[in-house]
Amino acid sequence: MKTIQVFDPPMCCSTGICGPSIDPDLVNFAASLSQLANMGVKIERQNLGQQPMAFAKNAAVKALLEKEGTTVLPVIFIDGEVYMKGRYPNHDERPVFFRTVLGIQEEAKS
Amino acid sequence: MKLPTYQPDAATSTRFLFFSGKGGVGKTSLSCATALRFVEAGKRVLLVSTDPASNLDEVLETKLTNAPTPIVAAPGLDALNINPVAAAAAYRERLIGPMRGLLPEAARRSMEEQLSGSCTVEIAAFDEFSGLIGDPNAAKAYDHVIFDTAPTGHTLRLMSLAKAWDQFLDKNTSGTSCLGPLAGLEKQRVIYEATVNTLADATATTLVLVSHPQLSALREAERTSKELRALGVANQCLVINGSFETKCPQDVTAQAMQQRGQAAMQTAQAFIGSMSSFVVPLRSINILGIGGLKVLLSGEAPWTAAACCRFPEPALLAPPTPESVFSDSVAPSPAAGLPPPKAAAGLPQSMSEASSSLVSLADLVSGIEQQGHGVIMTMGKGGVGKTTVAAAIAVLLAKRGHSVHLSTTDPAAHIAQTLAGQVEGLTTSKIDPAAETAAYTAEVMANQGTQMDAAGRSLLEEDLRSPCTEEIAVFRAFAREVGQGTKRFVVLDTAPTGHTLLLLDASEAYQRELERQARSTQPEEVLKLLEHLRDPAFTHILLITLPEATPVHEAAALQADLRRARIEPYAWVINQSLQHSGSCDPLLQRREYSEHRYIDEVVQKQATRSVWLPWQAEEPIGPEALAHLAVTSVSGTLV
Repeated sequence: MKTIQVFDPPMCCSTGICGPSIDPDLVNFAASLSQLANMGVKIERQNLGQQPMAFAKNAAVKALLEKEGTTVLPVIFIDGEVYMKGRYPNHDERPVFFRTVLGIQEEAKS
Repeated sequence: MKLPTYQPDAATSTRFLFFSGKGGVGKTSLSCATALRFVEAGKRVLLVSTDPASNLDEVLETKLTNAPTPIVAAPGLDALNINPVAAAAAYRERLIGPMRGLLPEAARRSMEEQLSGSCTVEIAAFDEFSGLIGDPNAAKAYDHVIFDTAPTGHTLRLMSLAKAWDQFLDKNTSGTSCLGPLAGLEKQRVIYEATVNTLADATATTLVLVSHPQLSALREAERTSKELRALGVANQCLVINGSFETKCPQDVTAQAMQQRGQAAMQTAQAFIGSMSSFVVPLRSINILGIGGLKVLLSGEAPWTAAACCRFPEPALLAPPTPESVFSDSVAPSPAAGLPPPKAAAGLPQSMSEASSSLVSLADLVSGIEQQGHGVIMTMGKGGVGKTTVAAAIAVLLAKRGHSVHLSTTDPAAHIAQTLAGQVEGLTTSKIDPAAETAAYTAEVMANQGTQMDAAGRSLLEEDLRSPCTEEIAVFRAFAREVGQGTKRFVVLDTAPTGHTLLLLDASEAYQRELERQARSTQPEEVLKLLEHLRDPAFTHILLITLPEATPVHEAAALQADLRRARIEPYAWVINQSLQHSGSCDPLLQRREYSEHRYIDEVVQKQATRSVWLPWQAEEPIGPEALAHLAVTSVSGTLV
């Protein structure tokens, strides 16, 4: 079973609709995560505005924040490895993201 | 229609009481007086203000905070202010404080920016509000919890949020929201549900609708009654504050005032008869301090029994203040039995300097209209006549050939009822929260939804159903109306002070957030909003007040807040003044006399430009009456 961890920038809803601008990649990514969750993938999603302690407790995230500042967010981990940082997978990258998450899972089964 | 004098009785002495109504009708005075009654009966009472521009401090002569503070002069009474901005600051500190030393400063600053938006401000205040009602432990030390609420629009929103969030949380269990990660909100849900149930329990909650004997205030009370009944708040009563009966048959002003009140109550007869209704007689002075509040619900005040057409005894007059230019003036003594000549009861001699700087609305507009476009906003405490002044200016500008748009940010305002007619070149609209939210949702789905897959769209739709969307939609509508001022005149009637302060706070928070974003999907007018508001050539803000303590002090505080946001008010408008009314009714004379120090305070200390408008025998409704009001001047009245 794969685990995806997402460390989002501060926000007050899953899609960022509450902020002054809407990132469609974020909305689609958020939707992808709920699909993956339904397939049994473990999702841990935290945002800096509401769960800052999770950022402080994760040594890798804390180090990235200290080195690169808040523009490093979001940071997306798959099984503890940094998969992407500073942005969400775009339209063209989402199938690869899905395959990475699910493909590895299939290999593990076989 | 003979109504009993208001006293809290068995039916209206529930554990929770809400005093609601249009601005300036006396919600604070009546809620305080009621609290004092309970305290005198040996009860422990918590008095809570939910108005961001609360003047409970001034009335109780005690500095209040977000926590209960004992009122020394009334043992058994504690009071607190739910100040949304302070509540949001406390909420931020709870989250950010523990992160010092754990996260880099840039990360903490980023948290702070996110938590400075309008939804955080609303949520933080709402959390404190619902906690007092829905959390059984929060206020258990008190027999009664009395809410002195903000003017109507703000209060309807606050009272409907419990149900809105309860329903939203019912349908959404994953992801996150302005309340925090949705999975961890079980505790809040229990509180919101309890709040909804308590508000609907007639044995636990009373809604005291407060009104003046005035049509617009009565209509607003009626709308509030209906909307809160729809939320389940069924135990309601009505208190008509400031009812006036003169004993001076020949006094034109006093007769007109009595007539105006009776006519309004006659028109609203069906509503008044639909529930337990009470009156509280008009008092001659501002109700401040514990002593004044006790008088409010006691029997007759001494001067109401005074004989007609005699100027009040000097002992009854407010002591002159040393800083007042009127302090050395001698009150004129009109001949007994006859209304005094107009000028005699008017401004004293020493006022000539101050009165020469009082201009008419028409003079003021002449100074603004050169440019041919821009924004004029009327601000101030509820009930001071913001809508009337805004409509009068709009009519005047249109009659002078300008293209004018008249709008309002107050969800409870009815500019159409004030304008009551068509004027060439003048268009009107209003920012209706429900309509704006629907339009914003549709716009986001149409523009952004196209770049998303089906799952993304449905998630976005779900998030847009969050009660917070309304905050964003209303803010954008405000920016849109201000933005129109680049092409024509936009006259914006704003909601009472508290709501307007929050709108400004949101404008500044958005500006900060936008500044650090490379790319924004927001329209031009949102990006330019604060720049427009700060441009003295573009935006002219008029602070409207009555010549009375509370509205003047509230406007002065608002002026200070605006200046902190680098927005400079253009002028003050002193509305509904009884100067020159020539009344010989002792109560009205006393009120007229007490105006002096407040007119003086505005002219000498607060304003760079001051407009003076007299009390009107008829409510200024319709283009002709509004245009007439705009050209009324002190000199015109003195002739």
